[in-house]
Amino acid sequence: MTTVWVPADSSARAVGADEVAAALAEVEGVTVRRNGTRGMLWREPLVEVETDRGRVGYASVAADGIPALLEAGMLSGADHETCIGVVDEDPWLTAQDRVSLVRIGLAEPTDIRAYEAQGGWAGLRRALDTDPTDVVEEVVTSGLRGRGGAGFPTGVKWRTVLQARQGGAEQAFVCCNLDEGDSGTFADRILAEADPFTLLEGMTIAAVTVGATEGYIYCRSEYPDAIARLRDAIAVATEHGYLGDDVAGSGRAFRLQVRVGAGAYICGEETSMLESLEGRRGEVRAKPPIPALRGLWDSPTVVNNLLSFAAIPMILADGGETYAARGVGRSRGTQIFQLAGNIARGGVFEAPLGITLRELVEDIGGGTRTGRPVRAVQVGGPLGAYLPADRLDVPMGYEELAEAGGMLGHGGLVVFDDTVDMARMARFAMEFCSVESCGKCTPCRIGSTRGVETIDRITSTPAGAEGRDQLFVLLEDLCATMTTGSLCAMGGLTPVPVRSALTHFPEDFGGSPR
Amino acid sequence: MARAGRQQTEALTPRSARGESVRVIAQRYARERGPLLEILHAVQAEHGHIADEDVAEIADVLNLSVAEVHGTVSFYHDFRRSPAADHEVQICRAEACQAVGAADLWAATEQHFAHREDVEVREVFCFGNCALGPSASIDGRLRGHVTIDDIATAESGWSR
Repeated sequence: MTTVWVPADSSARAVGADEVAAALAEVEGVTVRRNGTRGMLWREPLVEVETDRGRVGYASVAADGIPALLEAGMLSGADHETCIGVVDEDPWLTAQDRVSLVRIGLAEPTDIRAYEAQGGWAGLRRALDTDPTDVVEEVVTSGLRGRGGAGFPTGVKWRTVLQARQGGAEQAFVCCNLDEGDSGTFADRILAEADPFTLLEGMTIAAVTVGATEGYIYCRSEYPDAIARLRDAIAVATEHGYLGDDVAGSGRAFRLQVRVGAGAYICGEETSMLESLEGRRGEVRAKPPIPALRGLWDSPTVVNNLLSFAAIPMILADGGETYAARGVGRSRGTQIFQLAGNIARGGVFEAPLGITLRELVEDIGGGTRTGRPVRAVQVGGPLGAYLPADRLDVPMGYEELAEAGGMLGHGGLVVFDDTVDMARMARFAMEFCSVESCGKCTPCRIGSTRGVETIDRITSTPAGAEGRDQLFVLLEDLCATMTTGSLCAMGGLTPVPVRSALTHFPEDFGGSPR
Repeated sequence: MARAGRQQTEALTPRSARGESVRVIAQRYARERGPLLEILHAVQAEHGHIADEDVAEIADVLNLSVAEVHGTVSFYHDFRRSPAADHEVQICRAEACQAVGAADLWAATEQHFAHREDVEVREVFCFGNCALGPSASIDGRLRGHVTIDDIATAESGWSR
């Protein structure tokens, strides 16, 4: 029998992986196994054949192309125009420094024995044998900062929760933010689908450290495959004693469940997510109090992004200093960059922070999919800046990007070619905010609608017409009000893409007065 | 006392089969923490949408006001308050898909189904398929690299 791997990742399925798997299952002598993606999404469906040399890959396989591949000797790993050779030796993978993604695509996602064989649970074991204060300090030492986008030091957050618990709080919760709504980001989804135990282990380490017995994964409803995979993984981990009343024989309890969002972008904002978890409208809460002190049901709550939790097992297993040895400036460790939009080689690329945007877009991403010149890259999601092609030499770090007028956000890069109309993108930023604003504060709720109207007036007023310059003043005034007056990052950062489009691409607005 | 009185009134007006079913669903989750979204998802999965009478039943089971439940239902894009069309086509309109032509796909799709009342075309912001856009979901099935021809092909597979 020959074992053939076909990813069950939802991006792979979106381009026909299920049909490929079904067609291969019909072939005599073939056992089809379903892994997660390797992260090279432009090659999906990427079929891997187990051979003596290792797993040999065939890219962009279509179900109706399988007879020809079999004819060419695919089952013995023979060469073919779609063959990429031994997948583990592929330069796109070997160029990465995979810490959190180290196991994706290697096995069936809920194969707990494979997870253990590949180094799983070592971090949890160490955490269970270590004093909670020392676990927290290990995370502080790692320099890990919130990978959801805010960049707050994860260890400091955990320390706050632990101290609240030691100070007499009866209950604490651990909560994973898997409401990955930013366009151009999909690392959370890929990791949840391909290697859910890494998330479970990271959350369990947090729970046993701060003394939480209950946890939630808040997953957006647009990710049905991730929801199903996580629920399976929780059942398997519970059955094997890594979750439940007695975590890995420690006598400590941690029960975890998946909660599903309902199509509201704002619920990726942590306090809005807490409201949603409690069953209410996802309106943001004013801070303080911070969730680390009063989060879910008023109890101290660790709220971290999936990618933050996914870094934890390695930090505990190999030590915080090993993680901190990577990176640039105050941005330590690795980031999972997501190459998206109009890009030739889209996918997930984990590298130490400090790699430049140009390396990611041009060398690794291969430029645009359309083959036209890159005109703009939006970094960090819908609230991130549009950077023009001549500013791509910025190192990818929190402070470094801030200096360049951008932000790292969740590490997503959306590439646009020279056909993009940046006035339209600026308008879209305002429109998106008006659709997704929770409505609690006025600058965001009303400002975004006025922003759409003002940009429409600018683009429909001929250059040089009377009063046109005042419209830019009005738009800038509106941006300033939203930035300083909004309760959360939604209204507060929507002006970032708008202003960056105005600054770097004034010609798209028919020429601005600045 | 007030509660007992209310139960008596309710006993006089027999509950519909749907109301009974919604009550059973709500009671299944009622003891969990913050169960409302779970209940709304389950009711919608079972009955296709969340009707006004469902809101009242859920509010009663959870001891919330009708306004609180209605407020939650109306906040989230996923919850529908009327029955769905026979087919649903969702087109991603977010930035990464726009970079590869989603705006045109959205316009073409709306136009394509303009004459069909049994098809609902909805905008969605991001399926997390941002490397293989434009993305669309046709009757719940996610697809990448979508063209208007793909959508027309999918349509031809529907039995009218």
